[in-house]
Amino acid sequence: MSEKILYGYTGLFDSPDSITHAAEKAASKGYKKFDVHTPYPLHGMNKAMKLPTSKLGYVSLVVGLSSALAAVLAMFWISAKDYPIVIGGKPLFSFPAYVPVIFEVTVLSASIATVLTMLLIFFKLPNNGHPLHGTEYMKNVAVDKYGILIQAEDEKFNEADVKKFLEECGAVNISPVYFDEEEINHKHKILEPKFIGFLLLTALFTSGISYLTLNKLLYLPPFDWMMEQEKLNPQSTSTIFADGFGMRKPVEGTVARGYLPYAFKGQPEAAGENLVNPLPVSKSVLELGQKKFDVYCSPCHGYHGEGESRLRGQFPNPPSLHSEKVRTWSDGRIFHVITDGQNIMPSYSTQLTAEEKWAAVHYIRVLQRALNAKESDLQ
Amino acid sequence: MSVVDYTKELSVIEGKPPLRSLDDLISKPLETKPDKKFYIALSITLSMLGLFVIGLGLTFWYGIGMWGNNNPVGWAFDIVNFVFWVGIGHAGTLISAILFLFRQKWRTGIARFAEGMTIFAVMTAMLFPLIHVGRPWLDGWLLPYPNQHGIWTNFTSPLLWDVFAVSTYFTVSLIFWYVGLIPDFAVLRERTSGKVKKLTYSIFSLGWRFSNRHWNHYEMVYLILAGFATPLVLSVHTIVSFDFAVSIMPGWHTTIFPPYFVAGAVFSGFAMVQNVLLIIRKIFNYEHIITVDTLDKMNKIMLVTGSMVGYAYAMEFFIAWYSGVEAEQFTFVNRAFGPYAWAYWIMVSCNVISPQLFWIKKIRRSVPVMFVIAVFVNVGMWFERFVIVVSSLSRDYLPSSWAYYKPTYVDFMILIGSFGFFFTFILLFTKALPVVSLAEVKAVVDGAQPSHKDH
Repeated sequence: MSEKILYGYTGLFDSPDSITHAAEKAASKGYKKFDVHTPYPLHGMNKAMKLPTSKLGYVSLVVGLSSALAAVLAMFWISAKDYPIVIGGKPLFSFPAYVPVIFEVTVLSASIATVLTMLLIFFKLPNNGHPLHGTEYMKNVAVDKYGILIQAEDEKFNEADVKKFLEECGAVNISPVYFDEEEINHKHKILEPKFIGFLLLTALFTSGISYLTLNKLLYLPPFDWMMEQEKLNPQSTSTIFADGFGMRKPVEGTVARGYLPYAFKGQPEAAGENLVNPLPVSKSVLELGQKKFDVYCSPCHGYHGEGESRLRGQFPNPPSLHSEKVRTWSDGRIFHVITDGQNIMPSYSTQLTAEEKWAAVHYIRVLQRALNAKESDLQ
Repeated sequence: MSVVDYTKELSVIEGKPPLRSLDDLISKPLETKPDKKFYIALSITLSMLGLFVIGLGLTFWYGIGMWGNNNPVGWAFDIVNFVFWVGIGHAGTLISAILFLFRQKWRTGIARFAEGMTIFAVMTAMLFPLIHVGRPWLDGWLLPYPNQHGIWTNFTSPLLWDVFAVSTYFTVSLIFWYVGLIPDFAVLRERTSGKVKKLTYSIFSLGWRFSNRHWNHYEMVYLILAGFATPLVLSVHTIVSFDFAVSIMPGWHTTIFPPYFVAGAVFSGFAMVQNVLLIIRKIFNYEHIITVDTLDKMNKIMLVTGSMVGYAYAMEFFIAWYSGVEAEQFTFVNRAFGPYAWAYWIMVSCNVISPQLFWIKKIRRSVPVMFVIAVFVNVGMWFERFVIVVSSLSRDYLPSSWAYYKPTYVDFMILIGSFGFFFTFILLFTKALPVVSLAEVKAVVDGAQPSHKDH
């Protein structure tokens, strides 16, 4: 066995008054590295030991204020920048509504930070290898004795003096505390194969569990993500109907909105006489008409209606819309051509609603007027 | 009874017991094998917990259609239980934080236990919003985190505030509890001789050595945590009440809700602490640690908060009349005389009338009577939440959509099961951890502090 290294001298007291006196004396004698161990905090002990007030309040203050600020900024960025959605007519950045969350975040982070700072930084815990652990002294101060410890590290430490000092104070069980052999030769156990093996196993286990949960478990019943529903999907078979189809045809005679059957099929002249354009000439109507004309009519008729097809002769060019004939046609007559088709032009009823057709008619009038402007238009 | 000298502070712990005997007494349940009664109690709570598991299993498998909830009553037992259990938790924080700030020494005997109850009650409460969303495996979506959907949570919603409030409350309570437990773990570490126990206590005590250089910071942190927990406990039930008060539902849309809910929470929490504590005190022979004086003081708090709750009930009626809002007036008349009048009058008789008996000193100091009253208060406070949630929803602005809510058997399984969940934890707690704080109790025994004679 190698030589023992002295950690310090300890002495025990029976009453709170005597330990307070001993602490006062130790402090006034100039010991710096001494400590008092009591089963519960004693009033006035900080003063007796001349300990400064704990600075942990500053940790709470700094962490609390900065997390409050972080919460405001995070909510501002989320609600006003990254995902701006107006809710209940409130401004995107509604500070009053954020107060509860700011408060909770402040309390949560400040509490966690204060406690962790105290335990890990101020106390350097966990520390189960301290020389005092496993001594009789510790067993006593845990229950009902009040102990004082003067460390060997102290500048004024001198074995004989310290013993004498403790005796003078009236301490009992004055005894030295030594470092354990193990504590002296303490090595970090982080690189031990056992520990690394443990880490690897933990990693394997957690990743395996996460994989199975996210990819397998969550797709077993009842986690069906509403994919399985008590309804018939398109193309599925059904035993309810005689024909075995899940999909049904609409009731005979059903008319879709905006698609009333055309009354003048094959009667262009009647259409020209009876149909009147119901739409007013307005900017929005003309814009709608232009849009539809450009999409559906212009490939053959050209953007200006002059028959300048973009189909490069792969389809016969239609006649110009600026001809005398078309210019004198009524709106209804043009509507009839769009609806019913003419020569090789097919019907556009499946592509355009009645309203869109009428808007296109208005736009055709605009094009005609542009090529055959009146004197008055120039003024 | 003799005349009390009010110039002297009464002893918190009766009879000046030796400190070592306190250690022996408090750690006895941890060092002895549980007796038959414990196993009987545990089998009862575990059976109730079994009901909980089955009820939740049915809910998860078939969906929340298994509950009685239906239009227009979309919130029922789930939310009632949530508010009830969160409320139970509030007593623990009040005792450990607010009474600590007010330097009420009598709290030491009951603080640890009440804090433990807070944690278990909040755990029970947290389950309800999580199962209430219908697909509980997607509960992670409640939290604001960057996700592949490209969406964020709504920070103006009281339901989101609830997520923050309840989770913060749980975490801070747990930290508070653990910080208080560290010195006690160290005491147990020094007491035990078993190898596994020693290792466990060493790990949890973090190597605490009762150093006064540590106690100095420790007391400061305890003060700071108490300072945080005090507004926190008030904020939690305030935010829970916002879930209702921020809506436009008649009977919910009232500004009195936050103080009214907080008072109710403390009221029901104290009743629950009282109920469980009376049993613990009897079984473990803690009569001199948890004295009749302490119980008397708890009863006074129940009297105060009970009266506040009664005042709030009256004020709701007054404001309904005074506001002149027809829908509001109808709601309150409907509460007292409508289809849910039975629930309303259970609530009033349990919450308003029964605690008034505590004006009488004899009743305040009689253990069996206070036990019964505390049970009444718990029942009444559960019905208070039932009345608020269900009676308002079942008859709102649109008479054509009125309906009478009836719970199903699954609702009752989950309600009973939640008690099983809570009490299972309580029972295990009494056997696993010291239910009275060793360090705090020792510090308030007569003669435990320096007398400062020569100062």
